[in-house]
Amino acid sequence: MDNFELVILLLDATLRTSTPLILAALAGMFSERSGTINLALEGMMLGGAFSAAAVAYYVGNPWIGLLAAIGTTICLSLLHGFACITHKGNQVVSGMAINILMSGLTALVGIALFAQGGKTPSLDHGSRFQPITLPGADAVADVPVLGSIYSELLSGHNILVYVAFLAVPAAWWVMYRTRFGLRLRAVGENPGAVDTAGIGVVAMRYRAVMCSGVLVGMSGAYLSTAQGASFLQDMTAGKGYIALAAMVFGKWRPFPALFACLLFGFLDAAATRMQGVILPGIGEVPVQLVQALPYVLTVVLLAGFIGRATPPKSLGRPYVKER
Amino acid sequence: MSDTVQLPRWIDVGALPLLNLLLALIVSGLVVLAIGESPTQVVEILLYGAFGYEEAWGYTLYYTTNFIFTGLAFAVAFHCGLFNIGAEGQAYVGGLGVVLAALYLDFLPFPIMLIVAILAAAVFGAAWAYIPAYLQARRGSHVVITTIMFNFIASSLMVYLLVNVLRPQGSMTPESEQIAEHLRLPFIHDIAAGLGLEMASSPLNLSFVYALVCSVLVWLFIWHTRWGYAIRTVGANAVAATYAGIEPGRYIIMAMMISGALSAFMALNEVMGVQHRLLIDFTAGYGFVGIAVALMGRNHPFGIFLAALLFGMLYQGGAELSFEIPTISNDMVVVIQGLVILFTGAMEHMFRPRVTRIYTAWHLRRRAQEAA
Repeated sequence: MDNFELVILLLDATLRTSTPLILAALAGMFSERSGTINLALEGMMLGGAFSAAAVAYYVGNPWIGLLAAIGTTICLSLLHGFACITHKGNQVVSGMAINILMSGLTALVGIALFAQGGKTPSLDHGSRFQPITLPGADAVADVPVLGSIYSELLSGHNILVYVAFLAVPAAWWVMYRTRFGLRLRAVGENPGAVDTAGIGVVAMRYRAVMCSGVLVGMSGAYLSTAQGASFLQDMTAGKGYIALAAMVFGKWRPFPALFACLLFGFLDAAATRMQGVILPGIGEVPVQLVQALPYVLTVVLLAGFIGRATPPKSLGRPYVKER
Repeated sequence: MSDTVQLPRWIDVGALPLLNLLLALIVSGLVVLAIGESPTQVVEILLYGAFGYEEAWGYTLYYTTNFIFTGLAFAVAFHCGLFNIGAEGQAYVGGLGVVLAALYLDFLPFPIMLIVAILAAAVFGAAWAYIPAYLQARRGSHVVITTIMFNFIASSLMVYLLVNVLRPQGSMTPESEQIAEHLRLPFIHDIAAGLGLEMASSPLNLSFVYALVCSVLVWLFIWHTRWGYAIRTVGANAVAATYAGIEPGRYIIMAMMISGALSAFMALNEVMGVQHRLLIDFTAGYGFVGIAVALMGRNHPFGIFLAALLFGMLYQGGAELSFEIPTISNDMVVVIQGLVILFTGAMEHMFRPRVTRIYTAWHLRRRAQEAA
């Protein structure tokens, strides 16, 4: 296999590993731009992945599974909102609680329903999202370079991969070109001003966390019914936190967050291929170093050494209406 | 709302947390019902598993030890207004300090080793907390995000060290060498046997006593020293602290480093007391549960002790539970933990307005009666 082929394969894997990150990072962005910290991405993703796999198994249709996943994550978002927005509870604590709760609950319910040690039964062909061959992909496969880029890199992914990449411009449009987006951003920066303008801060924040729920539900469903073929205990393995890091790395904005997700996805894809590979002049690169790189980069960014990441002004502060 | 009365202390720190805890347990009971088991039976087994026989007590207190350390760790940072989510990573790195000291300074006699191990854990844990603390204090990067990142970095670092450096030659499992026998923390049942008392064997060891000592020290530090005062001032209002001549950054770093050291003491229990070697992921989520422990205990060492006991009970009872009822795995305990954190931590204010209203009404009526 020549180098070009290798690069194509690596980038192909990057697209697949970064898809759940993109969806979850956008989810985090919607919530945090409205002023609600969302550490619960990890737990929500897990809940979504479980619902999708369980429902898809019973119904035999991945779309119903996806709906179930989104339903689950919306409920979890509302729970998060109920704690943080309605009762002004601590957002960090609520997020951690949901993560711990879902880590236990998915396994517990999984064992109760399927008795396979927390795993859901393997899904058959029809109940998973299948790869889509883009029009003309087979025809151009023999064209050098461009042909294989189109047929191998861009074509042949499942629908959720394309949805994730289309969600980025869509999120940008919603966030910066609609009234809803303007209000959402305003409520995260200066809720007092929004309230003065006669717009309900609480309702606005609830809407934002629900958007967050829809997106993170898709990323969960992707893990268990598109990339994998069943739910496994703790299958998110920190992806929710990586997505959070990507969102911070992307400075709470859609396109930079996309690039952060691609970068982190690339590192993830590379890490599995780096095992035992000896680079000329450097020697063997420890896999763990590559795995830790997203976190290190995020810390360096937060420290203000690469640009400046400024969070929304009212992030983490419950809104108290003056009396 | 000026027409309400200040809640008396026993409601504020006693009744309200208990009410929230009760709600968490009721919801847990519903979860048990939903998966088709009987909640009363579960409670019975939990209590029996945690306290029903002598050995169980030892296990319960062994888990309690970890929760005291991580709970205290979270509380100290919290008094400074900081959320230290990084106890997990700090304890992990602290374990490295303990195991390095025990493996490479194994010529030391035990009493000196004890001090060296405590110092090693403290230094490693505090050092791991220092970077997020520095970044928060001097560069304004939010400590929640950086400590989460540092948990993952610690995890990668330790896997690397365990696989490539600490693993003994010829061994396949990624764990360090065993700590020499004379350097291990003595088990409580061995100490009791030395004093002529018969006790069932359990992993409970000397670190439990140290955890109690640390609780007292933290209490003294926070409420009876000028540093503790400064830390609480910064936590209450950093701007006011500045005007009072207290430099917030300095105390943020101090609180975080103490917090890191306290988390790292968990390694004394796990590494030096029970497992006698460094294992992958030996922290097993104790650091996160410390958040719940501290919040339930209202960040006071005595409250933390009670909350740690509750979680120790849940852990030990939960282990018993998964033996007795196969459909309920250890995950039930994780669910209960999550619910307890959710209700006592995140929704702690849920009942407050209502309780305040009821109390105010009662209070006013009584005053009216007295006046009449």
